[in-house]
Amino acid sequence: MSDEEDDIVLSELDDEELVQQMHDDLYDGLKDEVVEGTNILLGRDWAPYRVLTEALVGGMKIVGEDFRDGILFVPEVLLAANSMKSGMAILKPLLAETGAPTIGKMVIGTVKGDIHDIGQNLVTMMMEGAGFEVLNIGINNPVESYVEALNEFQPDILGMSALLTTTMPYMKVVIDAMVEQGIRDDYIILVGGAPLNEEFGKAIGADGYCRDAAVAVDMAKEFMARKHNQMAAG
Amino acid sequence: MTVSDDVLTETGLAPTGAGRILVLGCGALAREILAITRQFDHIDLHCLPAILHNHPDRIVPEVRAAIAKTDGYERIFLAYADCGTGGQLQALADEMGIDMLPGPHCYAFFEGTQGFLERAGDEFTAFYLTDFLARQFDAFVWKPLGLDRHPELRDSYFGHYEKLVYQAQTNDPNLTAIAEACARRLGLVFEHRITGYGDLETALNQLAHTSGQAPP
Repeated sequence: MSDEEDDIVLSELDDEELVQQMHDDLYDGLKDEVVEGTNILLGRDWAPYRVLTEALVGGMKIVGEDFRDGILFVPEVLLAANSMKSGMAILKPLLAETGAPTIGKMVIGTVKGDIHDIGQNLVTMMMEGAGFEVLNIGINNPVESYVEALNEFQPDILGMSALLTTTMPYMKVVIDAMVEQGIRDDYIILVGGAPLNEEFGKAIGADGYCRDAAVAVDMAKEFMARKHNQMAAG
Repeated sequence: MTVSDDVLTETGLAPTGAGRILVLGCGALAREILAITRQFDHIDLHCLPAILHNHPDRIVPEVRAAIAKTDGYERIFLAYADCGTGGQLQALADEMGIDMLPGPHCYAFFEGTQGFLERAGDEFTAFYLTDFLARQFDAFVWKPLGLDRHPELRDSYFGHYEKLVYQAQTNDPNLTAIAEACARRLGLVFEHRITGYGDLETALNQLAHTSGQAPP
């Protein structure tokens, strides 16, 4: 985005300029600059949650939009995500200390026979940025791993990811097993991955198909709001 | 016929207009299809750009558009497997009443789809290259993943893979050396597996014979 990073001294920028510059640096995948900006804002007594939402999530939202619109591609998104991850590594312990709001819990994992985790790692990061507590159980998960994680972590949402046409049907195996065990309706089930589509999500009995990480966050928030409304009404 | 890999990647291959049967396929299969069908005068070949392999969401609309433009053929056969379309290409083929290759992708039908799927559970940490993809590794893998500009991303993409399986359609030592170098670049163990044309050859021979050889 910016061609003048070398000339900019982050510490000399006012808050608004610095946040804008951090958005640019995140967009450009400049990890060191994002870390520096995060530390500067914390040094100016910004609450960790504010740094997260305004500087990091705000920047990553632009990256997500440009990815969706075909302006950015996977390598650039990965670099931006790695930058955000570095910033979040500073913020995470502080967020825990300061009791930042948690709006829901999620277990996420790639299905059995599939080793692709770029998408689900991105979703994890964006969900954490949005205030969700996420347990990422990694790749190649059989039914048993999902169920174990659900029992231990007690999330509101289960997210399943698959990159391959050959592995995506396993999502239905997991959902069917949950139905059989009588736990299906205890969770909101969101699915995603390159070969999936909305029809597939409906056909396997998921609650929602998420075409990218930003949609996953929006959908998760929407389902959580519905859940709270139902609880209030009940 | 000599076809450049770069042209097959970006442009594909136009049909010659000769033949009653049209094979509409992926540019990454052009050489193999031509090698199999050169004995059949009644088969014509139209290949869409091979780079669609990297953009499965574009395959169905482009195949549909190509079919709409075809004229004068008795029969069309799709030389595509599912290829990441999540069943949508099969749905299009059903809608149009045309046949296509079975299975998930070319890696499966080159090895024989049934056997490939039976082994899939034990081999999901394998990254596959065919002859075409070995020759076009930079265009299909290295550059689109940004590894030419950001080699540090390699393990983000390939960290969970263990081996590169080169499914060789031809036994070419030069190409084997190229594929082995690809494995080294990705930090994967190399495995050379000569597959020949597998189910592609079976399907095209069946197409040729059921549709009748044109008289000489």
